[in-house]
Amino acid sequence: MHTITAQRAPGSAANFAPPAEANVFGMNERIKRLRKESFDAQPSLSIERALIETAFYRENEGKYPIPVLRALNFLEICRRKTIYIGKDELIVGERGPTPKAVPTFPELTCHSADDLRVLNTRELQRYAISPEDIRAYEREVIPYWNGRTQRERIFGHVPDTWRALYEAGVFTEFMEQRAPGHTALDGKIYRCGLLDLKKRIAGELEKSDFMNDPEATDKQEELTAMSISCDAAILFAERHAALAGEMALAEKDPVRAAELRKIAEVCRRVPAHAPRTFWEAIQMYWFVHLGTITELNGWDAMNPGHLDQHLIPFYKEELARGSLTRDEAKELLCCFWIKVNNHPAPPKVGITAKESGTYNDFTNINIGGVKPDGADGVNELSFLMLEVTEELQLLQPGNSIHISSRTPERFLLAGCKVIRQGHGYPSVFNTDIYIQELMRQGKSLQDAREGGCSGCIEAGAFGKEAYLLTGYLNVPKIVELTLNNGYDPLSGKLVSIQTGDPRGFKDYPELYAAFLCQLRYVTDQKIRVSNYIDRMFAKYAPATFLSLFIDDCIARGKDYYNCGPRYNTTYIQCTGLGTVTDSLAALKKHVFEDKTFTIDRILNAVAANFEGDEALRQTILNRTPFFGNDDAYADEIALQVYADLFNAIDGKPNTKGETFHLNMLSTTCHVYFGKVTGATPNGRLAGLAISDGTSPSHGADTHGPSAVIKSLGKLDQVKSGGTLLNLRFLPSLLKREADVAKLAALIRSYFALGGHHVQFNIVDAATLLAAQESPENYRDLLVRMAGYSDYFNDMNADLQADIIARTENQAF
Amino acid sequence: MTAFFDIKRYSISDGPGIRITIFFKGCPLSCPWCHNPEGISARKQKMYTAKKCIGCRACVDNCPAGALSLSGAGIRMDNSRCTLCGTCAAVCPAKAMELSGTEYSVDYLVNEIEKETVFMDQSQGGVTFCGGEPLMHPGALLELLRRCGERGIHRAVDTTLFARPETVREVMEETDLFLVDLKLMDAVKHRFYCGVSNELILSNLRMVTAAGKETIVRIPLIEGVNADEANISRSAGFLSSLPWEPKTVHLLPYHDIAAGKHEKLGTTCNPASIPMATPPAGTLERCLSIFRAHNINASVGG
Repeated sequence: MHTITAQRAPGSAANFAPPAEANVFGMNERIKRLRKESFDAQPSLSIERALIETAFYRENEGKYPIPVLRALNFLEICRRKTIYIGKDELIVGERGPTPKAVPTFPELTCHSADDLRVLNTRELQRYAISPEDIRAYEREVIPYWNGRTQRERIFGHVPDTWRALYEAGVFTEFMEQRAPGHTALDGKIYRCGLLDLKKRIAGELEKSDFMNDPEATDKQEELTAMSISCDAAILFAERHAALAGEMALAEKDPVRAAELRKIAEVCRRVPAHAPRTFWEAIQMYWFVHLGTITELNGWDAMNPGHLDQHLIPFYKEELARGSLTRDEAKELLCCFWIKVNNHPAPPKVGITAKESGTYNDFTNINIGGVKPDGADGVNELSFLMLEVTEELQLLQPGNSIHISSRTPERFLLAGCKVIRQGHGYPSVFNTDIYIQELMRQGKSLQDAREGGCSGCIEAGAFGKEAYLLTGYLNVPKIVELTLNNGYDPLSGKLVSIQTGDPRGFKDYPELYAAFLCQLRYVTDQKIRVSNYIDRMFAKYAPATFLSLFIDDCIARGKDYYNCGPRYNTTYIQCTGLGTVTDSLAALKKHVFEDKTFTIDRILNAVAANFEGDEALRQTILNRTPFFGNDDAYADEIALQVYADLFNAIDGKPNTKGETFHLNMLSTTCHVYFGKVTGATPNGRLAGLAISDGTSPSHGADTHGPSAVIKSLGKLDQVKSGGTLLNLRFLPSLLKREADVAKLAALIRSYFALGGHHVQFNIVDAATLLAAQESPENYRDLLVRMAGYSDYFNDMNADLQADIIARTENQAF
Repeated sequence: MTAFFDIKRYSISDGPGIRITIFFKGCPLSCPWCHNPEGISARKQKMYTAKKCIGCRACVDNCPAGALSLSGAGIRMDNSRCTLCGTCAAVCPAKAMELSGTEYSVDYLVNEIEKETVFMDQSQGGVTFCGGEPLMHPGALLELLRRCGERGIHRAVDTTLFARPETVREVMEETDLFLVDLKLMDAVKHRFYCGVSNELILSNLRMVTAAGKETIVRIPLIEGVNADEANISRSAGFLSSLPWEPKTVHLLPYHDIAAGKHEKLGTTCNPASIPMATPPAGTLERCLSIFRAHNINASVGG
């Protein structure tokens, strides 16, 4: 019950459904037009930011302390970049000169001309760029940044031992092309404007104690930079106000002219001052969002956090006053949703592109959950946001429903009805468990309750924490290294420590001990370099704008990357729990217990990608207890691996006085990791994806979703910073209203067992066709038939064709 | 011990909530539309899936009766020699050869059922015993029902009610919900299609409803067999005469889905070539309105 990646065709990869298929019921003409425009726009590269920045650096590098230089650079970009106000727009502001135009960040990674040409022509995740722009980049940008980028600093430092593992695909490095980000906001931007923050900063500057505080100089530089960053964002908004004013004068349509005057008024108000209206509140957030993704290209863009809770006071107040209707509020939310969709992820190249091959930049709007005092957080806007999501059917923003024991059933059911539409949204989080996760790491109860999940599944204390994800760990590859005594069989190179030839291992504990040695060595290598990179960002790329919004950066006079936040945690994301568990189970059972096969025979078969020994592979596939079946044998191995991943990572010091933790997620990285990992003893063929998140291996779970949930429920998920479970359903499993209630009960059951997250892939006919092509990867595909359910693979070709036809015709 | 042919978790169409469904093997009826044909015979049966066969010869080489051979089209079986010992299924690495019919102990099944209690708790679900015909195995069924009852687990029995009234009475005491399959009102037709008369079924249904047991009647609706107005009107008339509340009928439209299983079993699907078809939407609507006219809550699916 897991996702097979690349469900969508390249042509529509930037979006969800094409406009014609959208549920346009309730969407007004403006939203239809804006949605179509956003949908149709081809993601492109804009070199404008790079040109402005390069000219600024040529002129100013060395003249200012680094935080101030960064803030002035941001100010310069805000002063000079093209301002875009589109026809019909109500919420304004683009990171690039037009929708879906993405800038580059040469101070971190300077793309070569070849990189740009690849980005322009590659089939998946293409970013268009003109030959003239590539020439300009070669002429103006590349020569300056050569030797000065963060990426070069990092790769100039890393030890050969790290590089060997990295190149073998044992782990990835998040900060090689993008800055750390991974954060979400609390409600402070709805209560105070940037001018208020400037006052607070001035107060802190006044308190500078050069006599007694050895950090006073650093703090003064950082606070000065923060103050400049406020000016930059205010200037950026004022330029929008000015443009809107000009456009209003030239506008012939009096209705649009009034809207433009209103836009100008809103942009003069926010972000300088706190918002007073629903419209201003959304525009406030959007300017903050744009500022953070313009300053740097942090992972996971930006995230408003509990947007329904943040906006409800404005909504209620305006509704009562009569200055806003529900439809107007919905229209503004739609405009905001479309704005997020206009901002594809910054382009990545090389391994980083492979590990995260998507336009999605992971803004994940939290809906529901609890309030800081622990009360139920669901309100009218929670339902309205689900409605917007269902109708717009866009790739971005992602959104999630947050379910606690206090969450009303009608909200969970409303969420399940959107899930039924089959777009994978919303995902579902267990508020009660992530509060425990955050508190285990030392957050206060209130900060934990104000927290939530951003990006994919990672839990954080919104507005108060830097929770930096550093890269994925290919745990199945570590099994492969164990079975090859530290050699990578794909390259033949020795890339890790030598833990002995497994042919000499006398029992399973000896094999497992070798795996553990490899695991500890690999995680230590990863952590060592992560700590180095941590300092690189603290020193050379402070995020002085983002720092404004995360407590207690201003009070501490310290940057987001440099201990400014109240909480500073660092994560390694572990992937492939299913593949590892099943591989170890196969070896334990067939080699050491049942002695069905010698280890030599299995290792030879794995090395040969099972060619010539299909009987062995089939025996393993069909006669091994696999993870995800509520089977104690396999689940105990998974528990052991999970506990040892935790022990290898959790508590290791980061550079900010706090520690590393583990996450269990893979995004799309399990596909890349699969490509760099040979065949594995669980019968998986070389090059195929490893298991994703904490989901079972592809096709290993044959007892239905409740058994998967029971297996996952055995993991003590509170010890992680998030786990990820994909469940796959056919639309026919959710056809009746009663089925939706049963889905809700399934979710409640998983959460009762301590699950952190679950998302549903309601499969389409294309997936069924793929299942016909390669049935062994889809053994778990449950199909609802007439009055009962069956596994798709157990059906004959005709019946499968019937199901495919029926699915295609299904309309809810 | 009693043989079972399947255990299905996250069963969402055999009663309220999320259920686990236990399939007894063996049924006194032999309806040609049965979508679980491996449930009809109480004996074990080989099921062979040619597309899974990797041609490794393990079954051929290990068959003590020499009943198997490998041909270009897969494994060929000589059923006159086969003793159903199960060796072939045990040695087949690809599960191309399987034995339908496993003898589970009551303890084992209770343990499997208890694995699902968290889902039952959250959904007001439970366990459903179906088949085949669970009433063909009253000993095991009663023991399972009692053990589940002691654990507070909601128990449904999906049955044709073709059983001795004493058995039905005993089972009734330990059952929370009956899902009763009703096929045809005409006794002669019933015997023709299902192999037995319906008199026992109808009288047992009257007894169950008279006892105040919650009952849902499920009618497999097959165009060409029982979807005609006469049969539906007669069914509705009979059901409305029962002392039964709430009167609930689920219509299950027939789909031609058993061919794959017959292929695996090596049996012939619909050997008498009885014309059977999926009822068109119009038929469903007509049937629903007939039931509703008799004050019966009827719906499609369930």
